[in-house]
Amino acid sequence: MTVKFTKDHEWVKLDGEGIAVIGITEYAQHALGDLVYIELPKVGASYSKGAHFAVVESVKTAAEVYTPVTGEVVEVNEALETDFDLLKSETDGWIAKFSMTNADELKGLMDEAAYQDYLKTVE
Amino acid sequence: MKQTPLHASHMKLGAKMGEFAGYDMPLYYDLGVLKEHEWVRDHAGLFDVSHMGQIAIKGKGTQDLLQRLTPSSFEKLSVNRTKYTVLINDQNGIIDDLMVTKAGDDDFHMVINAGCKDKDIAWIKSNLTPDHEFTYFEDWALIALQGPEAEAVMRDVLGIDLSDVPYMGLWFQDYTMFVSRLGYTGEDGFEISVPNDKAEELWTKLLSDGRVKPIGLAARDSLRLEMGYCLYGHDIDATTTPLEADLGWVMRKDAKDSLPTPTRKRVGIVLTDKGVAREGSLVKSKDGKEIGVLTSGGFSPSLKQSIGQTYLPLDYATPETEINVDVRGRLIPAKVQSMPFLKPRTKNAGK
Repeated sequence: MTVKFTKDHEWVKLDGEGIAVIGITEYAQHALGDLVYIELPKVGASYSKGAHFAVVESVKTAAEVYTPVTGEVVEVNEALETDFDLLKSETDGWIAKFSMTNADELKGLMDEAAYQDYLKTVE
Repeated sequence: MKQTPLHASHMKLGAKMGEFAGYDMPLYYDLGVLKEHEWVRDHAGLFDVSHMGQIAIKGKGTQDLLQRLTPSSFEKLSVNRTKYTVLINDQNGIIDDLMVTKAGDDDFHMVINAGCKDKDIAWIKSNLTPDHEFTYFEDWALIALQGPEAEAVMRDVLGIDLSDVPYMGLWFQDYTMFVSRLGYTGEDGFEISVPNDKAEELWTKLLSDGRVKPIGLAARDSLRLEMGYCLYGHDIDATTTPLEADLGWVMRKDAKDSLPTPTRKRVGIVLTDKGVAREGSLVKSKDGKEIGVLTSGGFSPSLKQSIGQTYLPLDYATPETEINVDVRGRLIPAKVQSMPFLKPRTKNAGK
């Protein structure tokens, strides 16, 4: 299963037909520091590509999480609310699943190698 | 950006640096903000606060001068004791908050905020007479050691027995080191003033003790917020009077009587639901009126809740009053709470 990345440090991967699973990268988690709260979206809410659908709060700051795809939230990872460490998990660290309206939106995103190169340019 | 004499030490420790009041300062070190905060509450944390200004005024009439520049009385303050107060302007607005130590009759030392140094010094100088001698200790560093193990560390590492020094008391040696028992964390602890060229040696020595960890400005902020202490430029400024800021306890009676009765008051708030409210969030009454803005706010590592400070009209300023805080358009239930949010554990606290 291919994982794609955004410049805002979200990752997105496909889960079955037309479902995009979105989380934030290790880089983003490290930059945020100790997490204290996650504001999750509601199932059924719709977002356009680039809109913020969740907020991850650390002691230091609040970071909005943007969706790289347009669609409707079909599932949220409620386990995150009580276990922030879960974000680190490759399998269970997702924030929300979206039913995509346009899978072509994924095409403009970076693959793993491109993201690693991108990280070198951002400090 | 300006640097303190400990800048190289922070870099060596791998601190995450950031700008504060024109200085390149450590925001946090390898422990991270949360653990640094907890370390200070449990052990002893070392802070570089050399960006703050150390000044002195002495000479005939200095005590009277300070009683004009601040609303406090220094008559009953004993020698080698410190008092917290504010500098106020002609409109009773707060120019800065500061610590004033009586070194002798008409001889006072002060520690002022980094961001206020220039204007404070200009204001004070404009009020001096030829009888006064003003000194700016630009080449002195200030290091804070804060936490329940601070006294033991000072004894074991530096061989200084401070057990008899009371809260807000001073210990000094040969005019090369001044140790005040006070701080900005609510814990027992000390602020140590030494010449710049002695700062790194002292810093390294104290850090060599396993009970001591370096602590950045981020945890300094969450520690002081839990105590309800003011951060100048945020919780108090030239538009707030000491009475509005709930600092009546630092004031003389005549100074208090000369101020207009405030219509708003600085209060603490705590979110009663999940979420984090930060500085700038709107505070609303239950019926939707905008009644204030958070002047400070953040997650309290000790309480595991979001806390903050704001100015509210007196009708809403009573503890337990239910309010809402608007966080990105979401109204989070909150209530007014008396400060400090956490019981201070300074020396002699509660006695």
